[in-house]
Amino acid sequence: MDKLDKPLTKNIQPDRAFATLADYRKTGGYQGLRKAITELRPKEVQQWVKDAGLRGRGGAGFSTGLKWSLVPMGNNGAADAHQTRYLVANADEMEPGAFKDRLLLEQDPHQLLEGMIIAAYAIQANIAYIFMRGEYHLAARRVENALQEARTEGYLGKHILDSDFNLEIYLHTSAGRYICGEETALINALEGKRANPRAKPPFTVVSGLWGKPTVVNNVETLCNIPHILQNGVEWYRGLGRGADTGTKLFGASGRLKHPGLWELPMGTPIREIIEEYAGGMRAGYNLRGFLPGGASTEFLLPEHLDVLMDYDAVAKAGSRFGTGTMIILDDKTCPVRMVLNIEEFFAQESCGWCTPCRDGLPWTVTLLRDIIAGRGRIEDLDTLSGLTRMMSPGNTFCALAPGAMEPLQSALKFFREDFERYILGKIAVVEEDQ
Amino acid sequence: MITIEIDGVHYQVKTETSLLSACLSLGLDLPYFCWHPALGSVGACRQCAVIQYKDVEDKRGRLVMACMTPVADDMRISIDAEQAKQFRAENIELLMTNHPHDCPVCEEGGECHLQDMTVMTGHTVRRYRGQKRTHKNQYLGPFINHEMNRCIACYRCVRFYDDYAGGSDLQALGISNNVYFGRFNDGALENEFSGNLVEVCPTGVFTDKTFSAHYARKWDLQTAPSVCVHCGLGCNIAPGERYGELRRVINRYNGEVNGYFLCDRGRFGYGFVNSPERILKPLINGQSEIESAAAEQHFRDLLKSDQPVIGIGSPRASLEANFALRTLVGEEHFFLGLDNTEHDMLDAIDSILHNGGIHSPSLREVEQSDAVLILGEDVTNSAPRLALSLRQAVRNAVFDLAETLHIPSWQDAAVRDLGKNHRSPLFIAGVCTTRLDDAAVRCYRGSPDDIARLGFAIACHLDNQAPEPADLGDVERALAATIADSLKTAKRPLIVSGTSCASLAVIQAAFNVAKALPSKDRQLTFTVPECNSMGLVIIGGGRLQQAFERVREGLADTVVILENDLYRRAQDQEVDAFLHSAAHVVAIDCLNNKTTEQAELLLSAATFAESEGTLLSNEGRAQRYFPVYPPPEHVRASWQWLSAAAEGLKWRHFDALTAACAETFPELEAMTRAAPDASFRIRGMKIPRQPHRYSGRTAMLANIKVSEPQQPLDPETPFAFSMEGATAKVQSAMEPVIWAPGWNSNQAINKFQEGIGGHLQGGDYGVRVFEAAGAGDWFNTIPQVFEPEQGLWLIVLLPHIFGSEELSLRSPPVAERTLAACAMLNPSDAVTLAVASGDLIDIRNLNGKTMASLPVRLEPSLPAGLLGITAGLPETRQISQADRVTLVKTGNSGEQS
Repeated sequence: MDKLDKPLTKNIQPDRAFATLADYRKTGGYQGLRKAITELRPKEVQQWVKDAGLRGRGGAGFSTGLKWSLVPMGNNGAADAHQTRYLVANADEMEPGAFKDRLLLEQDPHQLLEGMIIAAYAIQANIAYIFMRGEYHLAARRVENALQEARTEGYLGKHILDSDFNLEIYLHTSAGRYICGEETALINALEGKRANPRAKPPFTVVSGLWGKPTVVNNVETLCNIPHILQNGVEWYRGLGRGADTGTKLFGASGRLKHPGLWELPMGTPIREIIEEYAGGMRAGYNLRGFLPGGASTEFLLPEHLDVLMDYDAVAKAGSRFGTGTMIILDDKTCPVRMVLNIEEFFAQESCGWCTPCRDGLPWTVTLLRDIIAGRGRIEDLDTLSGLTRMMSPGNTFCALAPGAMEPLQSALKFFREDFERYILGKIAVVEEDQ
Repeated sequence: MITIEIDGVHYQVKTETSLLSACLSLGLDLPYFCWHPALGSVGACRQCAVIQYKDVEDKRGRLVMACMTPVADDMRISIDAEQAKQFRAENIELLMTNHPHDCPVCEEGGECHLQDMTVMTGHTVRRYRGQKRTHKNQYLGPFINHEMNRCIACYRCVRFYDDYAGGSDLQALGISNNVYFGRFNDGALENEFSGNLVEVCPTGVFTDKTFSAHYARKWDLQTAPSVCVHCGLGCNIAPGERYGELRRVINRYNGEVNGYFLCDRGRFGYGFVNSPERILKPLINGQSEIESAAAEQHFRDLLKSDQPVIGIGSPRASLEANFALRTLVGEEHFFLGLDNTEHDMLDAIDSILHNGGIHSPSLREVEQSDAVLILGEDVTNSAPRLALSLRQAVRNAVFDLAETLHIPSWQDAAVRDLGKNHRSPLFIAGVCTTRLDDAAVRCYRGSPDDIARLGFAIACHLDNQAPEPADLGDVERALAATIADSLKTAKRPLIVSGTSCASLAVIQAAFNVAKALPSKDRQLTFTVPECNSMGLVIIGGGRLQQAFERVREGLADTVVILENDLYRRAQDQEVDAFLHSAAHVVAIDCLNNKTTEQAELLLSAATFAESEGTLLSNEGRAQRYFPVYPPPEHVRASWQWLSAAAEGLKWRHFDALTAACAETFPELEAMTRAAPDASFRIRGMKIPRQPHRYSGRTAMLANIKVSEPQQPLDPETPFAFSMEGATAKVQSAMEPVIWAPGWNSNQAINKFQEGIGGHLQGGDYGVRVFEAAGAGDWFNTIPQVFEPEQGLWLIVLLPHIFGSEELSLRSPPVAERTLAACAMLNPSDAVTLAVASGDLIDIRNLNGKTMASLPVRLEPSLPAGLLGITAGLPETRQISQADRVTLVKTGNSGEQS
């Protein structure tokens, strides 16, 4: 384990509050930026990141380099030579079960800034924003402080590292809504509008913030960039254990011996994460299932423990990689109540824009509450299934409701008897453990 | 055109459109909520789901939202596929989880888009057993009710109100199924187009408060095509009547003019028709009511005077009524009844539009212009619906940008997200801030003379043949150059001016700019104050002052005044002298006013709702309004009073009168084609004014008599006061009620257009009577720079949408929205006068006579030396445009409160 490279968390050490600029530079900080700006052209930086195989760590897993390459660049034609472009770091981490970006923001803020400066250089954006979850007070303070340091040191502002490249980064703390993590809702919120998602197409790389080409990248994604530049594509590709490259912050929460967060190679088997790093289940609890990528992913079962944690392997198993932060269902927790808890969250966080989500999620909650309260009817399970179909991808405006349906539809499949027990009036055999 | 396959049938459709729009254009039924023909697609409601197949092999297809899907050649889709039908029904079920079961008492019932769509999808049984969320409602002013529990969150209201109409006080609040559409606080909706919410809302959240005060179902209203009488634009309206009362006005689609929307004055100004101040029976000397037959005889007797009889026409009376009066008294004895300045300006506008060689655009054409200069008008207040069109015109730049980014123009949110500031240039030169300033790239504030000078400077910059103003300041010179450069490169530049500034120079400057424009598609439009101002000047006649002279000099002793309160046109003492010295005064009008009070014979005139007539809009479009219901027993159309008095004339009927008018004035030759005449029949039948579901006809008068009376006859128009008649093959523009099977709401209009948002099938309503001809010479009279004179202020009358127009001011809800009369001053002038906001000042003419005493309001945007006064209010009536006055402080604000 020690011999594994842990580029993202190497500066995070238990004996200090966080990595200062000096700490960051001591381990090679801002070397990647220097290399990018002094040795590479923007398009080359894009190519490096594309070749490195980095995929978005916010949940969708889209190739970061490919996303950048879709931005209309100045050298493509005179018409867009003076085009304004924006980079936005999505630090609105609100997925239930996910706390990976928080760690990176609080513990090593310069890593994010360096990643952003390189990314902005790669797409030739001169203005960048960090859109941060409103509750992340400590992170906001440390990032703001780091921004000041970076300005003082010439990493931000005019003529960065004596080049022609200029960049200013602004920190924006969110007023707070889950949907702000959706990149187009985030853009609307940043513009001061209601945080409703936008229709795609047009994609943000064509028309994003204030109608200009915009790249929105997750914090963890951006944190990978400096290391790719510093250590090279081959090194980065070598970090993965499965089909995907690099490392990833994996989390596990639930009744485990050591719930937590670990930087591990992409493609680490789920069993290894749960049994080795999290130490397995607490005494007296057995694993019944888990949501591998956070609250908006489908349940997997103990039989899936040997699946590798990478995008395609988890998808093949019937769920989603998501944010890589898994939530464990043990045998003393009622899956129906767990699903209700999740659906209450998503129903509350629906932006209210499209019908299936706005009215379907609250109905889902009503049905689940009825079932748990003993008012359920057997046909309610069909209604719930119908709602999962209504809210499947493409039927709704954005991915919120389809995500919300993933734990429900898999629970209906894997744990149907738990639902039926409530409805048929049998005593709930699974007692809630306080 | 491209070919698409829908449920196995091939259709030709237009490119560059959404699939939903294409389906609706084809006449197919596909339910929707968030989409609106004028607002485009946003994909919120998910109601228009259809199945799209990849190719002929694809049997399964995938669900797509038709509104967000562009049409493509050889596209294969299904509306009827079971999966799509089920999705649409279940989507309605979701929408309905919180919707109240109040259709029987809901005012939208019977014309509810949600009802129609629910029936269309077949959703009938509610599975939802939970509680419904409920909302508090807000007080939104005198026009609109708010019943939020009915909301299905389609977002159309805010998209219309904020995005389309430029409002800011109606917002989407809250999230999840608690989303709320309202104001931050209770209060009247501020936007001048708020009434459209009534029609934009697909259900009963926003309903017409004036209608609900005395409600009837849509199918119980009697209706006929009509034209708004509250400004000069000629928006088409559909007024509805029940029990002899006008109950409401809704929009009547005209693809060239008002499209889908009206202003609030047009929608809510109708209340004067039901006013207790209506003149319902002829009156002698203000005291004794007489029968109409006796009144006719009396009128004839008075006309037999030895002395010539003079007639005073009206810009709010129809072409036919004015023509009848002119014919009755003779051309040389006919006077227009306008104040002197307005007469000059309307003459100038008439001459420019006829001989200036520049096209006067319809509102549709206004919306297509790509650069606009407004000279001296606060359009939102002088011709409100035009302001809404100008707001759309500034979007043309962003549509062009969207095209380069391959974003379809109907993708409403995506186009708007490209940037609010990316807009086609709109320049506004006005005396003070206007309601369109937020859409403008530059605003200039100056006195009317300075506005004219700016216009002349722009013209001269565009074309060095145009005369140049002397002593032009640097600021004006630079601004003129900027504006000129911007207009020069435009493909469809538009110059907007009008009569608000009471400045001939402003109108002439507007013409010079238009003439100097290089584009062959340049356009010039003038706002005019009243619904038939244009028609009246084309008929032509003497000046009001000349009429006063005639009587004063004893050259005439009998005066016939047609629909005109002369006290709004001239100083009190002049009118007093005129009316007192005339031996006989006959007034024909619908409402009591200061002029009618002094009539020896007062003839009770029908309003637009009870009579027929043709109006000429500022564009030059002749449009006919038809009686919605028969007038009360002793009320007649003005033209009828006049033609009954004109013994020996050949026009006993309206059509003959119209024909005679058209024959007399070659410019009006086309007016007979404004609408079909009374001989119009479809298979021998007239067009019924009452819908086929009209109820209670046999019972309506049962409290008086149980046998059903014969329906009133209408020998004058193609319409019948009846349910019976032609219901098929009626030309769309002549449909009294827009209705189609399954489409009870106003959205049925989709079935009557040549493509969504296009012209009405069979042509839009009305006919243009003139087109630009000639070339027009430059105007060379350029005013001097305005220099305030010490101790003197120049009056500028500022029109206001609520209050400045005579008839709508007599409607209680409009009167409620009227601004309190005040005297607006630049703060520096207030310092000079030592007055503060709220202090009372006397406004005195140069003879020292106090014309009004008004509280001061500070208006920083108003140049020093000007005194801004709201036009048309009773308190400001005696204050004349462009007068110079002195100001004397008479009280401070403490005394006021």
